[in-house]
Amino acid sequence: MSTPPFHLAIALDGTGWHPASWREPGARPGDQFGPEFWVDQARAAEAGFASFVTIEDGFTAVRKPSDEGRTDRSEGHLDATLIAQRVGPVTEHLGIVPTVITTHTEPFHVSTQIATLDWVTSGRAGQRIKVSADPAEAALFGRRDPKAETRESLFDETADHVEVQRGLWDSWEDDAEIRDVATGRFIDREKLHYIDFVGSHFAVRGPSITPRPPQGQPVVTALAHVDTAYRLAARAADVVFTTPDGAGRDGPTGDAATTLAATRAAEAEVGRTGDPLLVVGDLLVVLDDDAASARAHLSRLDAVAPLRSDAAILAGTVGQVADTLESWAAAGLSGARLRPAVTASDLPRITRELAPELARRGLTRSAWGEPGTFRDLLGLPRPADRYAHA
Amino acid sequence: MSDKPRKQIHLAAHFPGVNNTTVWGDPASGSHIEFSSFRHFAQTAERAKFDFLFLAEGLRLREQGGKIYDLDVMGRPDNVSILMAMAAVTERIGLAGTVNSTFNEPLDVARKLASLDHLSHGRAAWNVVTSWDEFTGENFRRGGYLPKDKRYLRAQEMLSTAQTLWDSWDSDGIVADAASGEFLRRPDEGAFDVHSDQFDISGRFPLPRSPQGRPVIIQAGDSEEGREFAAASADAIFTRHAEFSAGQEFYADVKARLAQFGRRHEDLKILPAATFVLGDTEEEAAENARQVQYQQVGPQTAIAFAEQVWNRDLSDVDPDGPVPSFDPKTEDDVDSGGHISKGRASVRMYRDPVATANEWRELGAAEGLSLREVVIRKNGRHTFVGTPQRVADTIDRFVQEDASDGFVLVPHITPGGLDVFADQVVPLLQEKGSFRTEYSGTTLRDHLGLAPLRSDALAQS
Repeated sequence: MSTPPFHLAIALDGTGWHPASWREPGARPGDQFGPEFWVDQARAAEAGFASFVTIEDGFTAVRKPSDEGRTDRSEGHLDATLIAQRVGPVTEHLGIVPTVITTHTEPFHVSTQIATLDWVTSGRAGQRIKVSADPAEAALFGRRDPKAETRESLFDETADHVEVQRGLWDSWEDDAEIRDVATGRFIDREKLHYIDFVGSHFAVRGPSITPRPPQGQPVVTALAHVDTAYRLAARAADVVFTTPDGAGRDGPTGDAATTLAATRAAEAEVGRTGDPLLVVGDLLVVLDDDAASARAHLSRLDAVAPLRSDAAILAGTVGQVADTLESWAAAGLSGARLRPAVTASDLPRITRELAPELARRGLTRSAWGEPGTFRDLLGLPRPADRYAHA
Repeated sequence: MSDKPRKQIHLAAHFPGVNNTTVWGDPASGSHIEFSSFRHFAQTAERAKFDFLFLAEGLRLREQGGKIYDLDVMGRPDNVSILMAMAAVTERIGLAGTVNSTFNEPLDVARKLASLDHLSHGRAAWNVVTSWDEFTGENFRRGGYLPKDKRYLRAQEMLSTAQTLWDSWDSDGIVADAASGEFLRRPDEGAFDVHSDQFDISGRFPLPRSPQGRPVIIQAGDSEEGREFAAASADAIFTRHAEFSAGQEFYADVKARLAQFGRRHEDLKILPAATFVLGDTEEEAAENARQVQYQQVGPQTAIAFAEQVWNRDLSDVDPDGPVPSFDPKTEDDVDSGGHISKGRASVRMYRDPVATANEWRELGAAEGLSLREVVIRKNGRHTFVGTPQRVADTIDRFVQEDASDGFVLVPHITPGGLDVFADQVVPLLQEKGSFRTEYSGTTLRDHLGLAPLRSDALAQS
């Protein structure tokens, strides 16, 4: 099946992106730490022909520092990479993109964890890299003082983290395993490579302990609102999430075309080579049969707990969301990552009503072909190994 | 036997590792990395009602003579990751993996293992190990930073800190009552504060108390420190003592240590590592075992093993000739980092290489054995060789007569090597009434017969 012109992606985050979502009917807030809750969501996304799901993460129990001391917020996080490993074997088609916090993790471990996810899913692994400047998260590790580090330095470290992961994925050439009984050799060690990465935050020798994963290079994604983040995405990622008509820490992020232009400018600035970034816009949705009901629903939710969002919020109908996404496609975006405000009610609307509508408009797929890799779904080629024939 | 109830055998299935026990050249040998192999292995072990799966860990590819060691199976997944994926294709079997305490931080390890426990409904286990060389450190942020005398301290503090994190939520810390709006029992669920030699951390642990309270804790180690550590903190201990009388001694020694820590005899399970080769007759089994040994120790592997003792290049030695007459090089020992073999814990067995070389020469001369045959004799022994009935009888005797509580079985073929044991030996153990025919509980603690952990309510009262 050919690659559709536009990708529907779904951002999974517990009971939903609205802080009041856990109190909504059908939210299953007490089930969030069990596997069924996540398997159900991933399968629903696959049934709605989403190209991929992302899974949010954070190291501290408290989602927002301002929630410290409260008891009325849904708190706690399972490790997103492990949610991904749990849903991987029971899905068949979609890409699975857990969040990875680069600031406090070992690039070697993350590289093998994501490679393992790629092996488990026959090539459907991705990751969303996330920088942590939160002092509360740093205190959980007790090894660095984020206040003493510049934002640029944290982002540079993340670029290094991804560079090490990528080097390790390539550190085994695809045909390194030879099983040559005559010479007793399982491996051709000429096809294993030290990466000998030395950066300002860490040095990693390699090779990996894990053979090159099925995709060669599992998909790397990043969320960007500001120039530093756009540059990081341009250096390190395959897919960038932007927030058309949303707002970052430095103010409004501009419309879809503006975020696309910012992406291309960052690519030029860092001298990106190879495929351009796929630009996927984020949108937080509250869906209902008519726009007034959707707005009323959002108001009810906000009265319980106010929603603050970097992505634009659309409280409306499936048709309105489809119109917005169609305009993004026309502006040159490659897809949309929808953040359901209330998973219990918005996810079924996305998968059962919006997905067919997008397919009807010729934007997205309406059937799965033979299972392939996540890169296949995105129309990205399988990269050659950087060390092959070196 | 008297009226004394039969001890129940505990069995673990070790996914074949990256060493010469694993035969990769056999036509039956499949992939070591494709998920289908892990699924097959896990489902066989669960069909046979094993207590748990186990995966060892190595965070750097081994080297010998300055080159990557190429004679063994290599390439493995991340442990907790692959255990999580195996949880998706099984329902009851426990999921145990080694996770290094040197090149991980407590928050990350505790979070991953608690996630595994939550997402498997209480089947997680952690084999706590310390790293033993700087060689591995070259792959990590810290490098080879940990002095030798801090290794056990770090492991102990890692474990006790992880325990603090796992205990940081009330058992009923999540209320999640939509009507009242109360999600957390207390506003500080997960709060912790640890200031020790190795760690200086505080904050809010992100996961509620997991189904087992914490993962099952395993300690591998035969040393004095390892035994003491296990007696104090572990639920199971892995050992190399798989011979009957040595096993009984080890068993008695370790169980006797429990009382001083306020623990009961049954609170720590003793599980030696074991291999097996079966046959329809004793003769056939012995012949099968001999063939497997020759597969496991090919000519190149025999030389490589000798190099680990002699600590020098022996590539021009004939493996089918006699044991070398010259002595091993002794100036660069394992701890100095100058040894020919890197990333291989087993070379520490050769504490006195000259004595080992003498032993090998004496054995070769006495029985007219070649170097390869000597290596097979010294390193290639299989724990259980015989008919299924003989092997079942032996395993049962070990357990009933307190030489072990069961075994960690490692087949030599991936992924199908466990099938024959599941099909032919397990039913005989079940007939004896020594091994479960169905899982009676849902968690790994249930399978191991470990008492449930005290709840917070009890802890606070």
